Amino acid sequence: MLKLNNISKRYGKEQGLYPFSGSVEQGQTTVVIGPSGCGKSTLLRLVTGLLQPDSGEILIDGELLSTLTLPALRLRLGYVIQEGGLFPHMTAKANISIMAKFLNWEEPRIDARIGELLDLVQLSDDYLSRYPAELSGGQRQRISLMRALMLDPDLLLMDEPLGALDPMIRFDLQNDLKKIFARLNKSVLMVTHDIGEAAFFGDELILLKQGKVVQRGTISDLTHKPADEFVTCFINAQRHKFEDNEAVAE
Amino acid sequence: MRRFFSIDYLAALLASILILPSASAAEKVIASKNFTENIILAEIATQILDSSGIVVRHEVNLGGSRILWTALLTGEIAAYPEYTGTLSAEMLAGKKIESDLELRAALEDLGIGMTERIGFNNTYVMGMLEQVAESLNISRISDLQRHPDLAFAFSNEFMDRDDGWTGLRTRYQLPQSNVRGLDHDLAYRGLESKSIDVIDLYSTDAEIEYYRIRSLEDDRNYFPDYYGVYIYRLDEDPALVEGLHRMTGKIDDQLMVTLNAAVKLEGRSEPEVAADFVKQKFSIESDIVERSLFQRFVENTRQHLILVLISLSAAICVAIPLGVVAARLPRCGQIILGISGVLQTIPSLALFVFLIPVLGIGGPPTVVALFIYSLLPIIRNTYSGLHDIPAAIRESALVIGLPAGASLRLVELPLATRSILAGIKTSAVINIGTATLGALIGAGGYGQPILTGIRLDDIGLILEGAIPAAILALLVQGIFEFIERVLLPAPMRFAQTGQRND
Repeated sequence: MLKLNNISKRYGKEQGLYPFSGSVEQGQTTVVIGPSGCGKSTLLRLVTGLLQPDSGEILIDGELLSTLTLPALRLRLGYVIQEGGLFPHMTAKANISIMAKFLNWEEPRIDARIGELLDLVQLSDDYLSRYPAELSGGQRQRISLMRALMLDPDLLLMDEPLGALDPMIRFDLQNDLKKIFARLNKSVLMVTHDIGEAAFFGDELILLKQGKVVQRGTISDLTHKPADEFVTCFINAQRHKFEDNEAVAE
Repeated sequence: MRRFFSIDYLAALLASILILPSASAAEKVIASKNFTENIILAEIATQILDSSGIVVRHEVNLGGSRILWTALLTGEIAAYPEYTGTLSAEMLAGKKIESDLELRAALEDLGIGMTERIGFNNTYVMGMLEQVAESLNISRISDLQRHPDLAFAFSNEFMDRDDGWTGLRTRYQLPQSNVRGLDHDLAYRGLESKSIDVIDLYSTDAEIEYYRIRSLEDDRNYFPDYYGVYIYRLDEDPALVEGLHRMTGKIDDQLMVTLNAAVKLEGRSEPEVAADFVKQKFSIESDIVERSLFQRFVENTRQHLILVLISLSAAICVAIPLGVVAARLPRCGQIILGISGVLQTIPSLALFVFLIPVLGIGGPPTVVALFIYSLLPIIRNTYSGLHDIPAAIRESALVIGLPAGASLRLVELPLATRSILAGIKTSAVINIGTATLGALIGAGGYGQPILTGIRLDDIGLILEGAIPAAILALLVQGIFEFIERVLLPAPMRFAQTGQRND
């Protein structure tokens, strides 16, 4: 679904991302983790077209990402970020339907699609008329997910989607998200610094440090066959989260 | 946001341009400078010409000599009362004009005609309170050398003119350093309160006797003669020229002082005083139409609103796009903000002087000046409103697939609305205040009574302009607050991107 061939990005003297290759297969969730400044956000910004790579190519469903194809390809991406990135001057419904409206969908089609998504994210339609400031953090993320899924995208891009939530809400939403990904069979590229979340969602984990891949594999590869000292350190520092999640998953 | 660009605005703009008062081709404009004597002389000329069937209008206190001179050269006005000394030492400085004959010839080269002398010589005089002059034993200008601590205050025109303060200081080697510019009508007040000691005054001023002022003798013959004349365009109607010539020798020094005193000390209006004069000298009956307070208010309001509406709407239409460009292209933005900042610092009178040769007098140059002064607050607030939108919101709009234009229209401009409206509000208030200066160049509005009030030292007249201007500013502020309510959804009114944190 998503193929990255040797993409790299340099900011002035600093190499933000060394040549990187990887892929996200249909229905799979790939999680990029690492400490701040490791290059994970750069990677996501390259895929969204907010940055352009110095080298390499990005293929989405076989189509090469370029300034020419970017507008059409963006419609096939769903995008969820920390705090949701909702537009504060629009109601939840207007936020969800903004692109559908822009693409001139008919009203009944929009309403039908919103109905499906409400079921999916388990929200009541009371929330549709609220402004983002009138929603809780968890509700905002659910609305943001609806906006991302509105056009039924091929690929979901998530940047610390649960980052700003408190633990209880985070726990619920995490479970719901995983079910949704499985049910829709969506391909997901997620970026987080939280090893617990990575372990919970990731079919494949990619650990970055200072712009370079340290290790890739499943969570058990990272815990049982760490590539170096850093991997162990990084996992141990957040071990409690990871074990909580393992317990939940089992 | 779309409403800002709607055709309603354009329609209003066009409508207001169409009803802008403009001189019809046949109407002759006689103008006057902003002091009483000149206004009386222009009014007399107007009434004489009117009685001979010429369609004529008196454009009252249009400004200083420079503005009238330029307006005459460009044909914006037909004639105005001037002084021979001003012409030879200021307008035609450098030509070394020694006599009326040479002056007339030099003017003819420029297409300007000059009448014979009206009679009086209104030269500059240095004046002090009789009692102060007596105690310091000062009777001649050269006596001032002995008192370097005296405070001088001169009319701005006198400060700037070649035949004014600079030359006087050189001729008499005056040592005083405490010298400042002050409106002539306020100078008497300063003299009376003893905060200043020496002022420039005109030898026909009504106040000389009233305030017991001693005129100092010009013992080194510095000041040239300032005989009153009318100057006019040579291509004017011969009937008009003939009418002006009827004034030759009609007013001597004493009569001029009397006429000035009738306005300044007895509180009669210039048209009234002029009407009495033409009735006595020429047996001409003039109908003086004194407008009521309400009529004046309506007319001033209409003129003021037109100035503000056109200039502000145009500024909104231009400044918002400029603010958008500034926010989108940072390098370009620095240039745009820089230029609009510089424009803001140009003094309004200087701007008027630049604009008059191009746009004439009255409404158009005032509108352009107000337009220029309204740009910066709107550009800056549009820029900062867009600039302050969090990157996460801007990027979300792009990544979910909105093209740049749609993102601007649907997301960024609405989020910047509060800031943009605040900018427009600031501009509107500045605009309403600055528009009062339009009266200096004949644009009318609330500045008209304020200007006249300052000249006649009439608080009532000043308030007649100042109070409605203040109310209008409050009103406009209220209107924009209402617009803000309509345009902004409830959660946007107080915090721009505030979100509940839980």
